Amino acid sequence: MMKTTTMFRLLTMTAVLGLAACGEQPQDMTGGGVKQDDAPFQGVGGSQYAQAGWKAGDKGSWEQQLKSRAQYGQNDYTRMGAKP
Amino acid sequence: MARMKFICDAERCIECNGCVTACKNEHEVPWGVNRRRVVTLNDGVPGEKSISVACMHCSDAPCMAVCPVNCFYRTDEGVVLHDKDVCIGCGYCSYACPFGAPQFPSEGTFGVRGKMDKCTFCAGGPEEHGSQDEFEKYGRNRLAEGKLPACAEMCSTKALIAGDGDVVADIFRTRVLRRGKGAEVWGWGTAYGTAQEKKS
Repeated sequence: MMKTTTMFRLLTMTAVLGLAACGEQPQDMTGGGVKQDDAPFQGVGGSQYAQAGWKAGDKGSWEQQLKSRAQYGQNDYTRMGAKP
Repeated sequence: MARMKFICDAERCIECNGCVTACKNEHEVPWGVNRRRVVTLNDGVPGEKSISVACMHCSDAPCMAVCPVNCFYRTDEGVVLHDKDVCIGCGYCSYACPFGAPQFPSEGTFGVRGKMDKCTFCAGGPEEHGSQDEFEKYGRNRLAEGKLPACAEMCSTKALIAGDGDVVADIFRTRVLRRGKGAEVWGWGTAYGTAQEKKS
């Protein structure tokens, strides 16, 4: 009887010690990690600031929009219609 | 698409600080924080040169390398961004950055130092695009709106060019060929050496 009780106590203690780590929270500083960021071509939903002329979610259309905007807005030679 | 890049044409920059103002207005950046600055060499001397400087979104960013909490990440477009919820405001990125891009607002969790703030290439941060949270922490997300950074789009002389690296290089190349000079982008010689240095 005594032997069984000691055995039971020993098993209980082992189980408690063994499972204690399961409830442990990650303690490293990057445990939470950086939040996931969406790709810019996904757009800003129905924002009033969104530029028309491209389709949100379509990467090709977004890239084309930025390329033409850069050429039109920043390349004054093409903007003025000057010969290259 | 290549990588998003800024180029500042020192032959055109007139030190008007329009880029600085555009940035502050667009993102409602608080007092004491300048995501972009105009630096002038030999100020007041004939032949002075000015250049607009902000985060250069480095390919091998020193700020990312030294950050002890890994709050930085790089988007597919090559824009270096950071998560302010992870940043602890230690300032290591400020010591590592050769351009002095990281800024530390005087208000916030860490008193006088605050969480780091820097140019986002108008790409917001890791919050829902166009949300109030994103605006308050990182400013407007113009890239997701289908626009380019406000500083470059507002530049009156088009000295500051921003966008896809291929397009930016193409615009700059056309410009240099048309005017026949000024191919030396400011800092290029320091970083990569000049023709004279290479010969000797």
